Amino acid sequence: MSRLKSEEEYEKTAAFHFFRWLSGSKDYYVGNMEMQPQEEYKEEEATIQERMREQQMIRDKVYDTQNNKWLFRFRWFYRIMAAVFCAILGVLLIVTVSFLPPTGGVAKPDNNEVAARYIERGMQETGAVNIVTGMILTYRAFDTFGETNVLFIATCCVMIMLMAEDAELKKRELLNDRRYEPKNDAILQGVATILVPVIFIFGIYIILNGHLSPGGGFSGGATIGAGLILYVSAFGFKKTQRFFHEGIYKAAKVTALCMYGLIGIYYYVTGANGLENHIPLGIPGHIVSAGIIFPINICVGIEVACTMYAFYALFRRGGL
Amino acid sequence: MTGQMEFVQNFPCFSIMLCMFAGIISSALKGKTAKWVNMAVLCMNIFMSAATLAFVAAKGEFYVYVMGQFPAPWGNELRVGVLEAGMALFFCIIMLLSLMGGRHKLLQEVEEGKHGLYYILTDLMLSSLLALIYTNDLFTAYVFVEINTISACGLIMIRQNGRTIEAAVRYMIMSLLGSGLFLIGLCMLYDITGHLLMSNIEAKVREIYLAGAGGSYHIPLLVTIAVISVGLAIKSALFPFHAWLPDAYGYSTVSSAAILSSLVSKGYIFLLFKIIYRVIGFEVFHDSKIIDALFIFGLMGMIFGSLSAIKENDVRRMIAFSSIAQIGYIYMGIGMGTEAGMVASVFHVLSHAATKSLLFIAAIGLTDVSGGSRKLTELTGSGYRNKMAGAAFVAGSLSMVGVPLFSGFISKLLFAQAAVQNDVKMLPALIVLGISTILNAIYFMKTVIRIYTPVGKTEYFSVTCKENKVYALALVCFIVLNVFLGVLSQPVMNLIWTGLNMFA
Repeated sequence: MSRLKSEEEYEKTAAFHFFRWLSGSKDYYVGNMEMQPQEEYKEEEATIQERMREQQMIRDKVYDTQNNKWLFRFRWFYRIMAAVFCAILGVLLIVTVSFLPPTGGVAKPDNNEVAARYIERGMQETGAVNIVTGMILTYRAFDTFGETNVLFIATCCVMIMLMAEDAELKKRELLNDRRYEPKNDAILQGVATILVPVIFIFGIYIILNGHLSPGGGFSGGATIGAGLILYVSAFGFKKTQRFFHEGIYKAAKVTALCMYGLIGIYYYVTGANGLENHIPLGIPGHIVSAGIIFPINICVGIEVACTMYAFYALFRRGGL
Repeated sequence: MTGQMEFVQNFPCFSIMLCMFAGIISSALKGKTAKWVNMAVLCMNIFMSAATLAFVAAKGEFYVYVMGQFPAPWGNELRVGVLEAGMALFFCIIMLLSLMGGRHKLLQEVEEGKHGLYYILTDLMLSSLLALIYTNDLFTAYVFVEINTISACGLIMIRQNGRTIEAAVRYMIMSLLGSGLFLIGLCMLYDITGHLLMSNIEAKVREIYLAGAGGSYHIPLLVTIAVISVGLAIKSALFPFHAWLPDAYGYSTVSSAAILSSLVSKGYIFLLFKIIYRVIGFEVFHDSKIIDALFIFGLMGMIFGSLSAIKENDVRRMIAFSSIAQIGYIYMGIGMGTEAGMVASVFHVLSHAATKSLLFIAAIGLTDVSGGSRKLTELTGSGYRNKMAGAAFVAGSLSMVGVPLFSGFISKLLFAQAAVQNDVKMLPALIVLGISTILNAIYFMKTVIRIYTPVGKTEYFSVTCKENKVYALALVCFIVLNVFLGVLSQPVMNLIWTGLNMFA
């Protein structure tokens, strides 16, 4: 086999590197990436002993089934009754379902004037091509505001549980941030560099097109949140905090929810008092249209993205 | 579409939105500022609810408030009547007093940086309670039940020790089971009626009911009523489903215990009232067998709750167990299936809310002067060491036992009157009412005697009311509220009657 290039020149080509990597004679990640195996989680001796002592104490003081025969019997009774109860409930619900109207039937009670108006006049009244978005954000705007607040309050509860308030604990968590993961994973970083912008843009697209195509604030926000989580996993908190730290998180969340609330209250009050609604519906199909749906989708998107990211950050190290 | 509305009519919507805004803004504020925002919002809500109540009572009929550009079956709406506005006013007052009374404990028991979160939870809790009270749409009710459940979990576990976290997990599991059953019921109801708006569902349910046992949706309707009732019964701790209650009320910080016992469970009971009158219809509900089940569980709760309370050696848990008995009273009233029973139940919701939060907050004053111990033996003589808390505990106990001049007496009287009107259920109701009253007296009077048993020298310090004025003020307000409900019960009763008539 004749070669067009000399050995020296060939060694500079991409093909040479590729075949060398393929044959396994050189791994390019060695040296560039932390390859040490993950540390196994080791519990300290004292913690184990304390846990065993606590378990023993609970066994002795609370659930002393060895000596307390009544408690022992009650536990079995309880388990059996729980299983029987669940079985009865399950059978009852399944039997009931067989009495319910079949899905898709014309005579089904929910084929009534409510659904008819949503479908027939939804686009004209809300300006949204996507009927579902039109329904949840204008017809039933109050429900959706409540639903967004469910996310907000859920973050608050996770914060109560996991937020490290103690200064020393905070420091320790900060240092140990990547205890169980390899640092600077080149593959992850490479993939994240390519994917994260695409994910963000796709998320923004879903949010902005919420009234035109399937999607909206909730799904778009979840997408952006996933992108943020990918970025954090690849590059760590230090780099993420350059553009998304606790201050920005709070500002974004409060602004989004307040905007939503203000739009909502304007909408409710004008509607209830029969006042004129000054927010134009625009031309259906255009990106800036559909009245309040467009800004609300953005607010919901920001809130959902913040929530997703906050959950991840709180579970990982007890802070944002 | 409604015609020109008066400005007052916007108040229910404003008060719900105001609480939500307060919660949202508090997430960016420091704990102290959040506290003042919370106080301001509560005071404004009291004012707005009072104005709404005055407006509806003067007008003599309910009104409907459209939340948005589209009227009811398509959009959301609120429905404001006397009972709703009165309940909102009452809930706001109780919440304000509970927070005032428990503030010093909150500072001690909750980490510094999490005070802001506590006020977020209370703000959103109040907004969800108000929305549950005012809404005319079953699905909106479900959304706010979710907010209510999550914030209640937060209120329990914000004081972080093992017991509260365990209690919060238990509460969450039981409460989510309740929410799940409620949601299943809601879905089936939507399937057989095709509506989510309460008044429209009621019309459809009536059709199904009139079609009789042979009608196609008769069985789903029955199951729906059962599933919704059981779901709400679990969430409000009716007797066999009460396992989550003692720990949740007994170990959380005292404001949370007061709010949970007097507002959260009552919010669900109020939702049940609404569902009985406005969704299922009183007659349909009355003719279903579920009402008898509620009656029996109510009676069992009255006895077993009190028995557990007698056995309990921890004063906070004792008060918590007493709640189970009192919830039993309320369900007994519902279970009688008469208008009088319902009125008695509604009155007992008010009476129990005012009394139980008083007891929790008075008990914390007594345990504080007993070295923080909650054991009854340690409480001996604590009534002398903290005179204000002792007096308040006595007032609360007398009200729970049902001594005239206090609110508990009126509710017991109403229950007895309602029982007499019912032929079948009269005997069991009266007997159990008697037994339960005696049991109540045993454990409450036992505690009262103990806290006023003089002890010689103790190492425990005493406090006067000058040292914690806010606490003393809250207790005085609670006592006044109790006596007000006990002495001036007639106007309150009239409001409840008009309110229930407006309901139907």
